[in-house]
Amino acid sequence: MATVRLKKGFDIHLLGAISDNALAATGQPQSVAVVPDDFHGIIPRMEKKEGEHVIAGEPLYHDKNYEAIKVVAPVSGTVKEVRRGERRHIDAIVIIPDGGADTVAHDLKRPALDVLLDSGLWVMMRQRPYDVVPVPGVKPRDVFVTAFDSAPLAPDLDVVLGDKRQYIKKGVEVLNGLTSGKVYIGIRDGQSIDAPGAEVTTFVGPHPASNAGVQAANTKPVNKGETVWTMDIVTLARIGELFTTGKVSHDTVTAITGEMVQQPRYVTTVMGADLETVLKHELTNVVQSRIISGNVLTGMKVEASQWLRAPYRHITVIPEINKPDEFMGWAALSPNRFSIYRTFTTWLRGLKTPVSMDSRIKGGERAIVRTGEYDAMLPMDIYGEFLIKAIISGDIDKMEQLGIYEIAPEDFALAEFADTSKLELQRIVREGLDRLRAEMS
Amino acid sequence: MKALRNFMNKIEPSFRPGGKLSKLESVYDGMETFLFTPNATSHSGVHIHDGNDMKRTMITVVVALLPALLFGMYNIGYQHYLAIGHADTGWFTMFLYGLLAMLPVIVVSYGVGLGIEFISAQIHHKEIQEGFLVTGILIPLIVPINTPLWMTAVATAFAVIFAKEIFGGTGMNIFNVALITRAFLFFAYPSRMSGDEAFVKLDSAFGMGGGTVVDTFTGATPLGQVATSVGDPTMTNIVGEPISCMDALLGYIPGSPGETSIIAILIGAVILLITGVASWRIMCSVFVGGLGMAALVNALPSATYPASMLDPMTQLCLGGFAFGAVFMATDPVTGARTTVGQYIYGLLIGVFAILIRVYNSGYPEGMMLAILLMNAFAPLIDHCVVSSNIKRRARRAAIKENKEG
Repeated sequence: MATVRLKKGFDIHLLGAISDNALAATGQPQSVAVVPDDFHGIIPRMEKKEGEHVIAGEPLYHDKNYEAIKVVAPVSGTVKEVRRGERRHIDAIVIIPDGGADTVAHDLKRPALDVLLDSGLWVMMRQRPYDVVPVPGVKPRDVFVTAFDSAPLAPDLDVVLGDKRQYIKKGVEVLNGLTSGKVYIGIRDGQSIDAPGAEVTTFVGPHPASNAGVQAANTKPVNKGETVWTMDIVTLARIGELFTTGKVSHDTVTAITGEMVQQPRYVTTVMGADLETVLKHELTNVVQSRIISGNVLTGMKVEASQWLRAPYRHITVIPEINKPDEFMGWAALSPNRFSIYRTFTTWLRGLKTPVSMDSRIKGGERAIVRTGEYDAMLPMDIYGEFLIKAIISGDIDKMEQLGIYEIAPEDFALAEFADTSKLELQRIVREGLDRLRAEMS
Repeated sequence: MKALRNFMNKIEPSFRPGGKLSKLESVYDGMETFLFTPNATSHSGVHIHDGNDMKRTMITVVVALLPALLFGMYNIGYQHYLAIGHADTGWFTMFLYGLLAMLPVIVVSYGVGLGIEFISAQIHHKEIQEGFLVTGILIPLIVPINTPLWMTAVATAFAVIFAKEIFGGTGMNIFNVALITRAFLFFAYPSRMSGDEAFVKLDSAFGMGGGTVVDTFTGATPLGQVATSVGDPTMTNIVGEPISCMDALLGYIPGSPGETSIIAILIGAVILLITGVASWRIMCSVFVGGLGMAALVNALPSATYPASMLDPMTQLCLGGFAFGAVFMATDPVTGARTTVGQYIYGLLIGVFAILIRVYNSGYPEGMMLAILLMNAFAPLIDHCVVSSNIKRRARRAAIKENKEG
């Protein structure tokens, strides 16, 4: 088993970590929603109308370009609303659960690819290049599976896996049949995994060591013209479960973390469950909180009236503004103004003490001035700053040459946090990838 | 703070479009973000941000420049009282004299530069950028103290407009703005930039100091003396007493205000390196390159080039070498940005600075020209370094294709 040591990156220690791995169950959700934006690359075409009844695992919509790609209902119930935003963009599909236990059963004698596309698990996977839902018909060179999450306050994926762990073997077997190469699984130091047939690599180092793209770049980088699939170990186990039982389970373990949470803990709930149910009695102060579905780096800001978003395993709640009208914050000598740079005094206290961080940007957007900030946060053989500049200037050739096929927006999340110039790097990378994808198709 | 906040809130509407003072909107925004960290929260991407911003970064550099600035003021006074034969004057009087002598330069530098920045920000409806905070203090430190204020004003305006704003402002410039200011002065008014009259202020400052200059006075800097010397160079202070390397280390020599004291500069260097604001790769490689080149020219001494007889350590202690290495070469915007590139960039600055200094009798000091020259080459160096990454990636893809084909 190979070990890869990554030096670049940084572990942000925030207040509100989980201290006890016990699971608590939330009640039955009042509503459940599927948010199409969670599955980038899919243009939804509805199969169900408002008021129709669905059972768990039944398709709600399919992709406009590849009709075989289905996105399914996580629960049985009635489609209450197809909520649309500007230009009829579908914001969410809301289902009122009826408590029924029916789940679509798949015929496992069909080709694995078809079963996977029908099951709704397909959209839980991503492909490089472009960081989108994989295109059917393109056989991936390899599959990269990350078995841990190193993001701030991230859940322990072993806890999220729970008893689905038994299906890992089957999942690897299925994926091995779908790729022309290997299934690579990245684990953290000290983690153990029983996955015969997979190439297991240990990654030692700070975040973003758990990003599948970072793991791929440090094992077998993606070249132009190649496609690889990425996913987390939970999705792999769900695939294993599907091909063992014929059914997809839509229950999930979600970590509720962050400073504004009374008692950070794991809960079991359903994919896409409404946050009013999931966060009932959990928050200290709803008004001044920012609820994030996901982690503070890559998650989505959601309202308490909305739903748990993919990958359905993490909620972080931080203060929106913990120090309004901070007087001359740039001159602060207090170690409480957290910075990974030694221009502030946090480093004297140590950067491992958990800190409170709010969502303020703490500075204006500027041109890139300081050198090496992005590279220090990106453990890949890529000149991050030059790539970002190529994307901003729309230079397609340069983007390709500098390795845009290897990256996803999440790989630049930590650099975006650390950026003195406060550029929206994830948005820039996403726009670059989308642009390139449009150009290439 | 509450009262101040309320006051700012009260005056805000008149600065917004439609208000009486809407032409000063960016000035208001500049003041507001200076006083209060904006309450703006992230709406895309990451939800938390590091506390560091451009204001803090630039202020850190200004803090690092303070030792050199304070000593520079003191040294102006020291040189002045030495020249008028009152070397026994108290250090505070000397400092006060220097302070009074330098204050107008600082005011002119910031006034002209920030004025242009404000106007430019207003025209583009952008926030005021912090880059000039550093440039504005660098200029008084590298311009000879006897430069007329109007020259400094013209040069600053030229540099800010033509070396920075037309390229897009802070972060977009190719050449170091403070050095362009100096280069403009150097080429536009050469007689005021070197020789006996440039570096030691002899007249009074706001009524302070002044007096009859002693007969033995000569205002040339040590490097100026070396350049014009015949045979083995000896260096003296402004009243003809011999000086040693230690005087240069401490800074009791004539020169531009910021450049004389190596110790003050090194304190600044330590601040820059501990805070990580300046690249240690550039800083160290400038010194390595300079030392190597100085050793080389010293190994081949020649009477035609008297500076070649200086021993390498003295070379680095004199003139603007150390100041340039610590504060100018490390400007991240105009320097090389790749790790490998920074070593090359720094090394070549050191080499060229000594090369120009020794073998070009027209320029006793080569640091300014060396840095400006390498500013021009920095993008090329980076291009070569990045190209190797591109080639590596292309080769990886090619190997793969060959295997398949």
